[in-house]
Amino acid sequence: MKSFEYAAPQNLDDAIALLASGEAAFVLAGGTDLVTSMKQGIVSPARLVSLKAIEELKGVDTSGDTVKIGAMTSLAELASNESVAKLYPSIVTAVNKIGSAQIVNMGTVGGDLCQYPRCWYYRNGFGLFGMENGQPLIPDGENKYHAIFGNDGPAKFVCASSLGPALVALGATVTVRGADNQPRDIPATEFFKTPQSPEDPLTAVAVGEVVTHVAIPAKATKNATYEIREREGLDWPLVTATVVYTDNGGKAQDARVVLGHVAPVPWIATGAAAALEGKAVDESSALEAGAAAVEGATPLSKNGFKVQLAKVAVKRAALAAAQA
Amino acid sequence: MAKNAWPAADKRDLIGERISRLDGPVKATGHAKYAYDMNRPGMLYVRLVWAPYGAAKIQSIDTSAAKAIKGVAGVWNEMNEGDEIVHAGQIVATVAATSEEIAQEAWRAVKVAYEVKQPQMNDTVLENADEKEQRDEIPDAATVDKAYADAEVKIDGHYGLAPITHCCMEAHGQFAEMKDGDQYIWPSTQNVSAYAAGLTDAAGLPASQIHVDCQYMGGGFGSKFSSDQWGAICSRISKETGKPVKLMLERDQELMVAGARPSAFANVKAGATKDGKITVFDSTCWGSGGMGTSRGLGVPYVFGNVPNIRRVARNVRTNRGSQRAWRAPGHPQACLVTMAALDDLAAAANMDALEFFLKNLDLTERPDVYREELQIAADMIGYKEKAHLRGDSGDGPVKRGLGISIHMWGGGGHKSECNCTINPDGSVSVALGTQDLGTGTRTVVGIVTAETLGLPLKRVQVNIGKDQYPPSGASGGSTTVGGVSSSSRDAATNALNMLLEKVAPSLGVPVDQLEAWDGKIQVIGDPSKSVTWEKACSMLGQIPITGKGSKPTSDGTELDNSGVGGVQMADVSVDTETGRVTINEFVAVQDCGLIIDLKTAESQVYGAMIMGVTYALYEEAIYDPITGRMLNADMEFYRLAGLADVGTLKVHMMTGPGYDERGVIGLGEPPVISPGAAISNAVANACGVRVPTLPLTPDRVIAALEQGGKLA
Repeated sequence: MKSFEYAAPQNLDDAIALLASGEAAFVLAGGTDLVTSMKQGIVSPARLVSLKAIEELKGVDTSGDTVKIGAMTSLAELASNESVAKLYPSIVTAVNKIGSAQIVNMGTVGGDLCQYPRCWYYRNGFGLFGMENGQPLIPDGENKYHAIFGNDGPAKFVCASSLGPALVALGATVTVRGADNQPRDIPATEFFKTPQSPEDPLTAVAVGEVVTHVAIPAKATKNATYEIREREGLDWPLVTATVVYTDNGGKAQDARVVLGHVAPVPWIATGAAAALEGKAVDESSALEAGAAAVEGATPLSKNGFKVQLAKVAVKRAALAAAQA
Repeated sequence: MAKNAWPAADKRDLIGERISRLDGPVKATGHAKYAYDMNRPGMLYVRLVWAPYGAAKIQSIDTSAAKAIKGVAGVWNEMNEGDEIVHAGQIVATVAATSEEIAQEAWRAVKVAYEVKQPQMNDTVLENADEKEQRDEIPDAATVDKAYADAEVKIDGHYGLAPITHCCMEAHGQFAEMKDGDQYIWPSTQNVSAYAAGLTDAAGLPASQIHVDCQYMGGGFGSKFSSDQWGAICSRISKETGKPVKLMLERDQELMVAGARPSAFANVKAGATKDGKITVFDSTCWGSGGMGTSRGLGVPYVFGNVPNIRRVARNVRTNRGSQRAWRAPGHPQACLVTMAALDDLAAAANMDALEFFLKNLDLTERPDVYREELQIAADMIGYKEKAHLRGDSGDGPVKRGLGISIHMWGGGGHKSECNCTINPDGSVSVALGTQDLGTGTRTVVGIVTAETLGLPLKRVQVNIGKDQYPPSGASGGSTTVGGVSSSSRDAATNALNMLLEKVAPSLGVPVDQLEAWDGKIQVIGDPSKSVTWEKACSMLGQIPITGKGSKPTSDGTELDNSGVGGVQMADVSVDTETGRVTINEFVAVQDCGLIIDLKTAESQVYGAMIMGVTYALYEEAIYDPITGRMLNADMEFYRLAGLADVGTLKVHMMTGPGYDERGVIGLGEPPVISPGAAISNAVANACGVRVPTLPLTPDRVIAALEQGGKLA
């Protein structure tokens, strides 16, 4: 890999100052995506700013009316936190299903949100849109793991974030801080972006900004994530679904359904949520929610099976939420 | 005189026991040095610039920027302008530098321009086959057609296996160093004794001045027989620069060029009588091993005596890295095509699959062995309790099913020479130029030698892995254990007889009344008339003795044999909503003649079963159809099974009378042949439809369920 500068600031102010050199400065969190990307030559930062030593970015604070999770909290710590486990089984499942002790121990909450897609065209150097000499390779290529929603633009990849769908469904807010040193709150629903040109960012985090923490309403809900994958060992999901609702006398209220790994962003399945709203969550309403979730899906040439998986994942997530 | 023949069961102290491998501790603690672990001051690191396209013509190669980087020792063109690229991963240029990082930077700085062409990547359709390459066997077309037309039960099925790679944990490559004009090589190889022969041109040295040492290696599976182009490049650079050179393939190139199992597809028409007797097997098979040619498939596999057989064989050339022998070449493919078709035939006849297989065993070469093994496997997996007719698997989305497959292999020993040296101080060493692929070869040689000399295993120093030792064959085709157990038994017996000659006068009996047993030389059956091993060896005087042994053995005794059969049964669950297949239980019953080390033999089978689950459920080399690039040339999307994926594995080795007296037979290939077929059949039994092509990934399972109206 190319030679680069390495900085390990002790506090957030220094980190932000060190990132001010622009696009060639990258934030290093757990490194599970960035370091391999550097080795593969997919990215070549001039400077890495490690956040590992910054204590204020670590830990889970459950004292307020939100659960506040530092961006440098490891995924393992997040999933083993008692309050998190009690309030958000959907998050615990999302973490535990990653299937790699190394990634769960090294990977961080902020890093999970900001990681790049696992699209094999991207990882083979064809860029985020999978282009070769101006020709898009993905539509007629090997697209079985690609998007079945939100794929009408040039982006066909799926968002790799494990936490994204659950955080969106739980109504989380992501806080970032940049050169002006003012915290900026971004609703999780607006955090992930679908790029329209190769220069567009994948998140709402601007150049020079650092994700500092994530806040989730500390409210009792029924919630669960269901994930479908090819193998049990380290793997990426084919499809995930998170279902969240408030139990109102046996009926679902404020239902939210978010699919993961089906679109360039966590995909909010409004129709599925509507199918659950005001109903008892049971086999029948869950089945309806699954069917509603995949309405309007636009599968590519080889990923039609993911429509079936999305349908099933929503159904099973809803039933799991009801059991939670 | 001690005899070469294997000792009777009551005279075996080590042979056939469960013995831990000699090199287990050094491997587990990281002390075992692999080619990758070799480092020397002043060494160079090599990176290979490879073509990123399946079909292209090189327009230009610009190495100037790479050469200008500080620390770069050299940049060489391996191909030239105008040369044709026929698969991605082909070596275009080589970079050597003083550090791995600089080598990589220079590697990126080499600029190659290509005129890109449309590659041929699709091997799934027969229309892409090369009509000129036909290897048909059609004894009598009219008879075969009539047999199919007349069959009371018939199927017309399609089956296939995607191309996979060898994916050795340790990549291909070597370390080379010049010393006093000679070249010393530490490769990762399955072929120590013949390795140097491939490097003489590159090193500009005769084989006698190239010295090879491979003590440990991390998997070959048939892909590491030769020193290869990269070995030659490494030797050449070491000779040219005079420096130590390390050249190991990167993972992506390893998966693209250093090993591929050809794909196989088949259309099969098979028929049977209504009570389940197979009457006809009519197949059209094709597949692709890259730009090479295919031999076709030996189908029907195992059931070779089916009365009416037609084989149409075609080859598809694709712009993929060339095929290499993959553990039991051709057999897993032939096995899947045959066993799946026969399982479909059993289902068409509405018959239990086990009953169907049993009924047709007379069409195999070893019906008695298969019958016994099928019975044992059925008991191990609880066949009677679990079995049901195809698709008759109850309510709920998750369906459970059983699948059966049987297989065969040769496994006779290769040529091998061996020296066994007994020193006057009582120490013993045995030396031969074989290699231990992780299978336990080192341990087997030690066990045979120690058993022959009546010593504990730890008393024998086993020296293998160097081409300075007496030559032994390549480890391929399950030939190693038969070869090295024969040559080491022969060598140790000859050494022992030399020792007995020295000892006989002191015990006052003729040599032929002496034996080595329990650390002593004694009068046969009479431990009271004995001398200790140390005392016996002290009678040698100053000079050690060396017994020479070989396969074929010096006295013509045949210690090995050939021809094994095995049975495997899988118990799987299929989620008919998601297409996920999981293994509940997987059982293997295998014979391999006289077993030297039961533990490493069982381990060999466990390993094969894990490899088999992997190719049945996960493994597939996926290529972009436009650029010809392998998209999953990594271990992220080139999926191997993890421990959580393999289910409960059970192994039963056939031993005792009927098996032991056959002699030693190789075991590397046979247990990896059946998993694909057994698991595919179990999936069909569970969910009621055949998923035609391996690996049985959710997309394929869902497509088959949908087509068969079984999607939940």
